[in-house]
Amino acid sequence: MQKDIHEKNLNSPSKVGGYSNTKATLALAKASFRSIMRSPSAVVFTLAFPLIFILVFGFLGGGGTRIDVGVTPGSDINNPVMGMLEKTGMIRLVKDKSKAEFDKLLEKGNVDAMIDIHRKINSAAYSVNVVYTSASRDKGGILKSVLNNIFYDKTLKPTVAEIKESTITGREYKTIDFILPGQLGFSLLSTGVFGTAFVFLSLRQTLVIKRFFATPVRRSSIVIGEGIARIGFALIGALFIILIGHFFFGFTLVHGALTVVNMLILATLGVIVFMGFGFIISGIAKSESMVPPISNIITLPQFLLSGTFFSIEAFPGWLQPISRALPLTYLNDAMRKVAFEGLGLWDVKFQIMILLLWGICIYAVAVKVFKWE
Amino acid sequence: METKKAIISVKDLVKKYDDFVAVQGLSFEVYEHEIFGLLGPNGAGKTTTLEIIETLRDKTSGEIIVDGFSVDKNPQQIKQIIGVQLQAAGYYPNLNLIELIELFAGLYGANIKPMEMLEKVNLQDKAKAKYKALSGGQKQRFSIATTLINQPKIIFLDEPTTGLDPQARRNLWDLITEIRDAGTTVVITTHYMDEAEQLCDRVAFVERGQIIALDTPDNLIDQLVSSGFERKKEVKKANLEDVFINLTGQEWRE
Repeated sequence: MQKDIHEKNLNSPSKVGGYSNTKATLALAKASFRSIMRSPSAVVFTLAFPLIFILVFGFLGGGGTRIDVGVTPGSDINNPVMGMLEKTGMIRLVKDKSKAEFDKLLEKGNVDAMIDIHRKINSAAYSVNVVYTSASRDKGGILKSVLNNIFYDKTLKPTVAEIKESTITGREYKTIDFILPGQLGFSLLSTGVFGTAFVFLSLRQTLVIKRFFATPVRRSSIVIGEGIARIGFALIGALFIILIGHFFFGFTLVHGALTVVNMLILATLGVIVFMGFGFIISGIAKSESMVPPISNIITLPQFLLSGTFFSIEAFPGWLQPISRALPLTYLNDAMRKVAFEGLGLWDVKFQIMILLLWGICIYAVAVKVFKWE
Repeated sequence: METKKAIISVKDLVKKYDDFVAVQGLSFEVYEHEIFGLLGPNGAGKTTTLEIIETLRDKTSGEIIVDGFSVDKNPQQIKQIIGVQLQAAGYYPNLNLIELIELFAGLYGANIKPMEMLEKVNLQDKAKAKYKALSGGQKQRFSIATTLINQPKIIFLDEPTTGLDPQARRNLWDLITEIRDAGTTVVITTHYMDEAEQLCDRVAFVERGQIIALDTPDNLIDQLVSSGFERKKEVKKANLEDVFINLTGQEWRE
C-alpha cells in the first residue's frame, strides 16, 4: 500500500498550479532547524559533550604526553631531524646507552622507539630508520604521526633546505590536535544518528508525517528539508568546536580558513553518512525508548574504537581490523590529516572513498527499512 | 429538495486489508457548501473512507471524484483543494503556533498571514504557545486553522469534538458553521448524535463498511417517527446539557 501511494506521488506532475517544492522544502528545513535549536538533547550531544572532553584534554595536554626515543649508537646526531624532534616538546631523545641496553628498554617499553639517522653516501639527504615497540604502541603511533608530519612525503631524502621549510611552520603536535578531530567526528556521529532517529520516529508516531502527506509536499522534500536542517546544525556545531579549539587551546589549522572549509566539507559528508544510520534506526525502533539502546550499539563502538581518544595503533592487533572497518575511523583520520598535516581533500581521497562506500551501503539498507507510517 | 452540485462523489468504494473488509461498496455524494456527517460506531470504516478520499490511503476498488479530480489520477490536485484534520495527529515538536502555521503555509505554498489564521479560530492570544500546552478545545481549533491555510474547497474533520467539554464543543460547532457559511464544504465524523442533528445538513450512517441510511437529520427522524417509533420517556423541552450550559455559562473557558 505504501508503495502504491509513493508511486502515485511520483507520477503526479511536479508542479501543480505553481506549487513550489523548493519553498516547501525550505519551510520544512526552517521548522526543523528551529526545533533542533530548542531541543536540549541535540545541543548537549553536539556541543556540550565534545567541548567538555576538549576542555579536559585541553588542560591535560601539553606536558601530558612524552615520548622517549632512543638514539641508536652510531647515529648521526648533528642533523636537523633530531633538532626538530626535540623542538616538538613531546619527544625526549635518549642517548649514551649501549645497543644491548636499548634493546632491553625497548622490549619493556621504557623507550617508545629507536631512531637511527645517517647521511646517505654522496648525498645531502638523510636516511631515517625508526624501530617501534609493541610495548608502547600508542606512543609509537603518536611518534609516527609526528614523523610523518615532519617528513611528509619526503621521508627518505629530505635535503636540509626542505626540512628547514617545514620547520618554519613550527607545528608541534599537541594533545588537542589529536583529541579535537576525534571529538568533532563523534559529535557529528551523535547528531546524525540520534537526532535523525528520534525526529523521524516521533514524526511518524505522532502522525505529523501523515498530516504532511495531506498537503501537496513530496516525500523527498521532507527528507531533504530535515537533512538541510541537521547538516546546518551540525556544521554550526563543528565550526564552534573548531574555533574554540583553535583560539583557546591552540588547535592547529595549517592553512587557516581553508583548512576550516575543508574540515566542514568533510563534516558534511560525515553527517550525511551518519544520518543514514538514523534513518535505519527510526525504521526498526518500535518506540522512542528503543532509540537510545540501538543508537548506542552503533555509536559506542565507534566512540571507543575509531581513534576518538586513542590512536588506533594503540589497540591490540586483533582489534585493529575492527577499528579499520568503522566509518568514523576514516572521518577522524581525514580530519586529522587535513587539520594537522595540512593535506587537501584530494590527498584524503582514500578516506573519503571509504566513507562514500559506507554511505552507499547504509542508504541501501535505509531505503529498505525506513517506514513512513 | 432542489438539485445540488456534488463536490465529492464516491462510487462502490471497497477497501480490503489482508483478510478484513473495512469498506464494502460505499456510494454517496457530498454537495457543495454543506456539512456532511459520516456517523457510525468505532470500526465501521468512517476514518478509512475519509483517508481514502483525502488520498492518504489506497482503495481496493471503486471510483472517487473530488471537485472533478480523480483520486487515482490527480491526488496532488486534490491535496491542494482540501484541508485535513486527522484524529489524534500531533504537530512538529518545539514550535509555537505561529511557526507551525508558517510551516504549513510553506507546505501548501500558500501566502497567508499566520496571525490572521489564528484570529479566525480565536487563538491569537496563544500565538507564542506550543501546541502541547493548549487545552483540548484549543488544540482542535488550531487543527482546524491548519486545514484552512490553503483556502480549501472542502475540509475533513475526523471526530473534532471527541473529549471536549460542552462549552468547547458548542464553540467548535459555531466555528464549523461559520466555515460552512463562508462557502467551504465540510465533511465530519462524529459519535454524537446531538451534534450531528444540530450541525449536519445531511448525514450518512455507516455500519460494517456499508451505508445503511443517508438523508437530512430531519427526514431520518421523521421516517422513524412515522414508522410508529416512540421514545419511552416523554421528551422535555430541555436536556441535562442545556442545564449544564445554563448553570456554567457559555463563555469560552480557554
